[in-house]
Amino acid sequence: MTTTARETVLGRIRDALALAPAPEADVPRAYRTGRTLPDADRLALLTDRLVDYRAEVHPCTAEETAATVAAVLTPRGARLVGIPAGLDRTWLTAYDGALRVDDAAVAPPTLDALDGVVTASAVSCAETGTIFLDGSPDQGRRALTLVPDLHVCVVDLSSVAVGVPEAVARLVPDRPTTLISGPSATSDIELERVEGVHGPRTLDVIIRTDV
Amino acid sequence: MSTFLGMPAAPPRAPYGAGNLRGDRSFPKAAHDELRNDQLRRNLGKATHTIRAKRLAVTGELPDWERLRDAGSALKTATMNRLPDLLEELERKVTERGGTVHWARDAVEANALVTELIEATGSREVIKVKSMATQEIGLNEHLESRGITPYETDLAELIVQLAHDKPSHILVPAIHRNRDEIREIFLKEIPGVDPELDAVPAHLAAAARAYLREKFMTTKVAVSGANFGVAETGTLAVVESEGNGRMCLTLPETLITVMGIEKVIPRYQDLEVFLQLLPRSSTGERMNPYTSMWTGTTPGDGPQDFHLVLLDNGRTAALADSVGREALNCIRCSACLNVCPVYERAGGHAYGSTYPGPIGAVLTPQLAGMHAAKDDPNSSLPYASSLCGACFDACPVKIDIPSLLVELRHQKTEESGTTAEKLAMKAAAGVMKRPKVYTAAQNAARLGRVAGGRSGTISHLPPPFNGWSESRDTPVPPRHTFRSWLASDEGTAALRDAAAEGARQRAAAPETPDTPEEDR
Amino acid sequence: MRIGLFATCLGDTLFPDAVKATALLLTRLGHEVVFPPEQTCCGQMHVNTGYQREPVPLVRGFAEQFGDASIEAVVMPSGSCAGSVRHQHEIVAARYGDAALRSGVATVKEKTYELSELLVDVLGVTDVGAYFPHRVTYHPTCHSLRMLRVGEKPLRLLRAVEDIDLVELPEADSCCGFGGTFAVKNADTSTAMLHDKVGHITATGADICAAGDSSCLMHIGGGLSRIRSGTRTLHLAQILAATRTAPYVPTEAVR
Repeated sequence: MTTTARETVLGRIRDALALAPAPEADVPRAYRTGRTLPDADRLALLTDRLVDYRAEVHPCTAEETAATVAAVLTPRGARLVGIPAGLDRTWLTAYDGALRVDDAAVAPPTLDALDGVVTASAVSCAETGTIFLDGSPDQGRRALTLVPDLHVCVVDLSSVAVGVPEAVARLVPDRPTTLISGPSATSDIELERVEGVHGPRTLDVIIRTDV
Repeated sequence: MSTFLGMPAAPPRAPYGAGNLRGDRSFPKAAHDELRNDQLRRNLGKATHTIRAKRLAVTGELPDWERLRDAGSALKTATMNRLPDLLEELERKVTERGGTVHWARDAVEANALVTELIEATGSREVIKVKSMATQEIGLNEHLESRGITPYETDLAELIVQLAHDKPSHILVPAIHRNRDEIREIFLKEIPGVDPELDAVPAHLAAAARAYLREKFMTTKVAVSGANFGVAETGTLAVVESEGNGRMCLTLPETLITVMGIEKVIPRYQDLEVFLQLLPRSSTGERMNPYTSMWTGTTPGDGPQDFHLVLLDNGRTAALADSVGREALNCIRCSACLNVCPVYERAGGHAYGSTYPGPIGAVLTPQLAGMHAAKDDPNSSLPYASSLCGACFDACPVKIDIPSLLVELRHQKTEESGTTAEKLAMKAAAGVMKRPKVYTAAQNAARLGRVAGGRSGTISHLPPPFNGWSESRDTPVPPRHTFRSWLASDEGTAALRDAAAEGARQRAAAPETPDTPEEDR
Repeated sequence: MRIGLFATCLGDTLFPDAVKATALLLTRLGHEVVFPPEQTCCGQMHVNTGYQREPVPLVRGFAEQFGDASIEAVVMPSGSCAGSVRHQHEIVAARYGDAALRSGVATVKEKTYELSELLVDVLGVTDVGAYFPHRVTYHPTCHSLRMLRVGEKPLRLLRAVEDIDLVELPEADSCCGFGGTFAVKNADTSTAMLHDKVGHITATGADICAAGDSSCLMHIGGGLSRIRSGTRTLHLAQILAATRTAPYVPTEAVR
């Protein structure tokens, strides 16, 4: 009977641990967790961090959502905008361009024809300026927020956690999750940061301060 | 299997001649040439100084940075202790969620496996996310030999691939190239590139975007590595900046991920530690632009055919060393490269391995061995350090690289048999353990004063010290040793005077001693 | 306090002035300095080059010569030798020593200090009554900085020196490129590092580059001398030992 690679590798690991046994190590989790901050402070922190990474930030109220979405899309010249099937349509009532509701049956390359995309978000982390998308119906499949060159993302202030541990605690692990911190960027040439490579080159974040 | 017989066997190193874990000459010889590359020196000096400042700024922002390092270090250590269970749990979860898990003993097996998986799709091309594991096993070279074209999609990897070059840094593989060189490479190698392309980094990035866009939209298979694999949930994570990772992980029909077995982490919650440690240590950002996390396959979202290849390739050999295994804790942030004075001067190619810099100097010899051939270049790697310790301070998971280097040097001398150096070391220790012989040797050394002539310095020394004396004068031994001064009348008088002066000073100003305090 | 002085092999043989200064300084501060005559070398060079069997007698010798309980503290004018005693002797003892050696090493390492640690932490003094009217820049040496974590202690001692003109060294915490046998085995890379260090030192316009380790000073001094920079190197102890009545007088050619 031939030994499978699986058996061999697992056997080697057990051999290695038998040859060099190590005492069980406790993991000290003395770093900061469970932090909270007042709304105004989380808004200020998230805004500061997003702007630092060249995202555009547009605070508004729930009532102003549609007007803000339109006010962001129009100057960008976005005439054809994609949305996930579960997005609140009232957000787009003030926008006068064409809408295309995404459909998973459509091959991702067709998304290249979109001028931009509008989605909601699952969670955000203020300290790092990170937005988490988890593929929920109002955020859509991952390709939708990747292929178009403009991403307009709506963040409700209630979904903004202070730091990374607080944000990770709110995630649903088995959903396909994308962490976004500013527009795509590279520092590969002389470590000089350049915004805009393969992902959307423009990231507009609409923060609804009363939601 | 050995475990059934009750006698554990030492696991094998990565096979000789496969992959990219060994250069073709020793570090000193390679560094000798690299140091003469003025352009490289300028590029590296600028880049490492820039990133050091950025890293210090963002790690300094977190008051709990040291506590995060402690947690990250302990998490990795705890992971190694439970590695078999965690890998089986990861395998189970990935399989439950629609993925297929494969195991590879070494580079040869992994390359064959990935090739078969690609061939099964019928595709003759693959898009690749920057991955240390696939660089280590030499996957691209293997695929090309089988008629499959791999396209590197990370900007720096693309630059390296187009230039038919090798990566020289874990995070920024083209760090040895400046913007003008990159422009030249693009003009020569990218089909249909704008001949007016200038050397502005944003324009160069745009040229890469245009070139790769079509590949992303049409290629059916992607190959990636993984930064983390969560045993508890079967979730894999890739941390990146440009969005090329998202493209590769999302658009193709088939995704093949090659992950070293040490990349598993126990729980999803543990990401809260590593997602803070990694970006701040590597690019000096609070968070990298994009991180993708996926669990098996998701209907209607991303590749529907997902394969995870778990790679050994010498990792179990490292695990069998109670000291050396700490190198497996590495999360590939490259902070140690950026602070290393040796890396800064010699550059990544001098190490001859996929893993350069301080971590490479301890990881490479453990994965691939130091004695696979006569004068194995890998045996020079543990000596490619002044043991200055900057790497240890920078490491987000607190790998004590200087101690690992010293340990590997010991292993090297133990395995090298009798050498001239060993005889010299024995002789020196033999002198030093006998104080009388030692004193006689000190007296003999003072005869060296003659060599200094009137200047009191020696400017030429014989081999092996000629490299030293090429740029350093050496002082001649002084007239008296400390111990002879101490025993002399002069020494006795000087000490008596010092005691008397101290007594006078204290009498003049009755002191209130400062309270002892710690600086840090 | 009764303080055992370990001269280090390099200090005893090549740089006795630094050791003399250490002895004179501690004596002036009212302490009893004892010098076990059997002492030779800590074995650091062996361990750092990969040899751990050979230095076992040296490790044993150190533990025996300084193990006596009447010696309250052990001091050496070298951050790297103190680092070796504190971090490497137990590795050698664990691997090649017996129970007695392991215990002896554990005892002696607890009372072993580099000079600035002894002065500031143990003796509780930062102003040692020194007088040094020269322009000085200070190189912190890697093992003092990152192995022993002496931090600002040497600078606090220097700042308290009367009439000193202390100037900051750019990129002070980067290695000078010595690293023991590194400077021989990897002479090219070491030279590149030394060149940058020497450049930073000369840019300060200092008359003297000070440090707490004669080995690094030998390396830096060798580079300064080769380019005829006119800047000399001096051990921290020699600055702290200088007073108005016994001022610093150069005894050797500039190097």
